[in-house]
Amino acid sequence: MSLLEARGVSIAFGGLRALDAVGFSVDPGEVLAIIGPNGAGKTTLFNIVSGLYRPHAGEVRLAGEEVTGLPPHELAARGLARTFQNLQIFFRMSALENVMVGRHLKERRRLWAELLGLPSVLRENRESREKARELLDFVGLAERAEDPASALPYGALKRLEIARALACAPKVLMLDEPAAGCNPVETEEIDRLIVAIARKGIAVVLVEHDMKLVMRISDRVLVLEQGRALTEGTPQSVRSDPRVIEAYLGRHGLEAAHAA
Amino acid sequence: MSPGTRTKIAVLGVLLLVLLLVPILLPSAFHLRVAALVWINATAALGLALLMGQAGQVSLGHAGFMGIGAYATALGPKHLGLDPLASMALGTLAAGLLALLVGRPILRLKGHYLAVATLGLGILVHLVIVSEVPITGGPDGIQVPRLEFLGWRLVGPELWYGITGTVLLLAAWLALNLEDSATGRALRALHDSEIAASVVGVDVARHKLVVFVIAAVYAAIAGGLFALFNRFVTPDVAGFLRSIELVTMVVIGGMGSIAGAIVGAALLTVLPQALTLFHEYEHAVLGFLIILFMVFLRQGIVPGLAGLLARRRLA
Repeated sequence: MSLLEARGVSIAFGGLRALDAVGFSVDPGEVLAIIGPNGAGKTTLFNIVSGLYRPHAGEVRLAGEEVTGLPPHELAARGLARTFQNLQIFFRMSALENVMVGRHLKERRRLWAELLGLPSVLRENRESREKARELLDFVGLAERAEDPASALPYGALKRLEIARALACAPKVLMLDEPAAGCNPVETEEIDRLIVAIARKGIAVVLVEHDMKLVMRISDRVLVLEQGRALTEGTPQSVRSDPRVIEAYLGRHGLEAAHAA
Repeated sequence: MSPGTRTKIAVLGVLLLVLLLVPILLPSAFHLRVAALVWINATAALGLALLMGQAGQVSLGHAGFMGIGAYATALGPKHLGLDPLASMALGTLAAGLLALLVGRPILRLKGHYLAVATLGLGILVHLVIVSEVPITGGPDGIQVPRLEFLGWRLVGPELWYGITGTVLLLAAWLALNLEDSATGRALRALHDSEIAASVVGVDVARHKLVVFVIAAVYAAIAGGLFALFNRFVTPDVAGFLRSIELVTMVVIGGMGSIAGAIVGAALLTVLPQALTLFHEYEHAVLGFLIILFMVFLRQGIVPGLAGLLARRRLA
């Protein structure tokens, strides 16, 4: 039994089959990359597994329990965290507070105690602040902790989202294009970060277009094309699979690859 | 000391200072009455600031909850023979329950749609008050009995200044505590991104409902206080213009700033009094001033001035 498992997931948007019986599984400490050309259904698959869409068929199991269609906040409580391709940052808050929100489920949130500002609430605030600082340190943003999130550069925001997701203490972390729009230096930082996260025993599922990054850090790669699973395997086997080259580069690409 | 604690001490300290200074500098009964009105309006605006400024959910019918608090305080003694204070408590409870009931379906709406739905709620409350003439006295309004406490008749502007000021201080303290808590952070988070808030475990629907109820309770308490202080209420207390005034107080003071809501309430309560020297142009001048404020301090008075000061310090 895998930690996170999706089976036969299908969804259609207005008659267009966006996903057709796609599945994957991932184990603790493993990095699974989902790749495929634009429109292959990678982000849709992400959105289904993280509870933003409900699939028309198929099921998602987390730690052995069926969680298909549960709302995101309940999935978070069961240990699933994610980031977004188009950043979803709390721009009105500081970097530190962004990560503190990630600790939401670890905090007790008794409204009366919070309104009265009881010592237990202040103690919890302090704990959350310390944990958030540690995580900012882990992603290399310790010195920007008090800055408003709106003042951080793009690459830093990508890492801030990862820190916020880690604050949930997830068992599974889903990263939707963590390196998109990042320069080579920033990409390398994210690369190191993902490896470090997997080493903590967290299962990582990522969608990514940067093939170098995918090949470097993934244990397994799932290739989607037009809503179907094209193939799955180690980075080496996927890279040399003619169907994958064709899907990405077309027939000419395949011929060129053969010629080379 | 955490930044949250620092803000709390600064805001409450300044507020306490102002509360103590006003009666020394402006001891006339007229000024104290205006000040008491400011504290009452600020209490209602504070609740709305939590809803709008923190959680980003608009309410264009908030005076409806004020009306429920005010009319409960007036009607309880008249029709049920209840003590005015007990009536006010019941009215507050009723406003909270109404918010809980109505909030669940309407808080699913966003932006303009939520604005229109809350607008409808406010108009509904106003309509009931105006048309149920045998119970509410209709458009003519209704007398509120004098509050007695342990045989003491609570009268006089000084006393009401003290009562309303104390309630505001308490209301501000609670709001500032909430701002610096897990729930407060969740509210600000869902303001910026509901999706991101929900994937880190925030139950977005529940949090919106909680803050809506809190805002309704704040408004109802302000309404009840107004009834007891003014000893007469008319349907205007629940009217559309009141709702707009409350929103204007929050926006002009600075959305998301607890101190801003109090400053906004003070400005919008005091200015019309101060502008009477412009005679028939009073409303035009008020409108013009509001436009000026919004153009030059777009984020509202408190955050706008804080930003200016910070820039000056850097320069």
